[in-house]
Amino acid sequence: MNALEAVADTADGSTVLIGGFGPAGEPVQLIEALLDSGAKELTVVSNNAGSGETGIAALIREKRVVKIVCSYPRQVDSRHFDEAYRAGRIELDLVPQGNLAERIRAGGAGIGAFFTPTGYGTMLAEGKETRVIDGKGYVLEYPIKGDLALVRAHRADRFGNLVYRKTGRNFGPIMAAAATTTVVQVEELGEIDPEHVVTPSIYVDRIVHIGRAA
Amino acid sequence: MIDRQTLAKLVAADIPAGAFVNLGIGQPTEVADHLAPDSGVVLHTENGMLGMGPQAHGDDVDLDLINAGKIPVTELPGASYFHHADSFAMMRGGHLDVCVLGAYQVSARGDLANWHSGAPDAIPAVGGAMDLAVGAKQVFVMMNLLTRDGKPKLLPECTYPLTGLRCVSRVYTDLATFLITENGVVVRDLHGIAFADLQSLLDVPLIEELS
Repeated sequence: MNALEAVADTADGSTVLIGGFGPAGEPVQLIEALLDSGAKELTVVSNNAGSGETGIAALIREKRVVKIVCSYPRQVDSRHFDEAYRAGRIELDLVPQGNLAERIRAGGAGIGAFFTPTGYGTMLAEGKETRVIDGKGYVLEYPIKGDLALVRAHRADRFGNLVYRKTGRNFGPIMAAAATTTVVQVEELGEIDPEHVVTPSIYVDRIVHIGRAA
Repeated sequence: MIDRQTLAKLVAADIPAGAFVNLGIGQPTEVADHLAPDSGVVLHTENGMLGMGPQAHGDDVDLDLINAGKIPVTELPGASYFHHADSFAMMRGGHLDVCVLGAYQVSARGDLANWHSGAPDAIPAVGGAMDLAVGAKQVFVMMNLLTRDGKPKLLPECTYPLTGLRCVSRVYTDLATFLITENGVVVRDLHGIAFADLQSLLDVPLIEELS
């Protein structure tokens, strides 16, 4: 299966979880394929809002993204996001990084909501339910689920078990579990010792073998 | 007044041997350069690693091995990798001993403002700032005591949007080191300024540490 075939059925209006933290673990070829698929009115959930001309930045430039849920949209080279945001073409839901991760984890784990101390007493908790537990303030946060997750892993075996490389793991395991359809681009196909599996195959629907990105 | 490098040295000297530590982006990153090689301090980077080594150069650069500032780094013996939810769980769960952060402002109660300038046209970006503020057992702030135009950054109340409430335990600045305590703000070290002169710069009542 090639990258375009793997994402071709993405419906307009889908919520897409996109792995990666900066260049580490960014599923570049799958994002390009999503662009080629023509899917639009997307909600993108990712740590950043893209930089330069590739990846999420390209999706925003081509006006495919109506909303982005992320922790850190502003980057040195995030001009396409900045421009869309200032023009009011894109909605931003800013979520502290750890809350973003935990909300995605909760989405894959069947948790209805959870209380977290992060953000309590700040403007990012405004309008949210809060509770004081044992003298400490917490904010109620809800899970995030995707219709599609795009993830980059290092190696997959023929069953769809995954291992990652170094800090490229970042959002991969939790996003794979939180989406209806999970598409993974990998650098290698091969054997994985069951004791070393990071993402078990139950969370993985489609594998695209890309090879090591240049 | 002490320079940036001396300040980083001072913070490094206060990090206990064997501690698990997160150094924030920017000035706090420089603390790593002054940790003793035999200190056994283990650095955490919130994008998913313990045992982070110094910045990578040349052939050592691997774009799958970066720190929270997206700078290529290296791996030390004993390192481990984990996903984002685990990384923030170990922080939120109180397993990190010290986190060192920069700040726009700190209040006398230890409230922290370090993510948003409050400018109405700024594009907001928070990253892990709020998680770091509430996560570690101790939060150290490193900053200049005064803004470029001479306004104090240690205040009775923060005027910038808050990152976290009552989360800062110490404030290391170019002019003095402050301990945020139940009894008030205690001045631990003075760097070439008299206590009375320091007090005259700030609206926060200061307590002189007797040692």
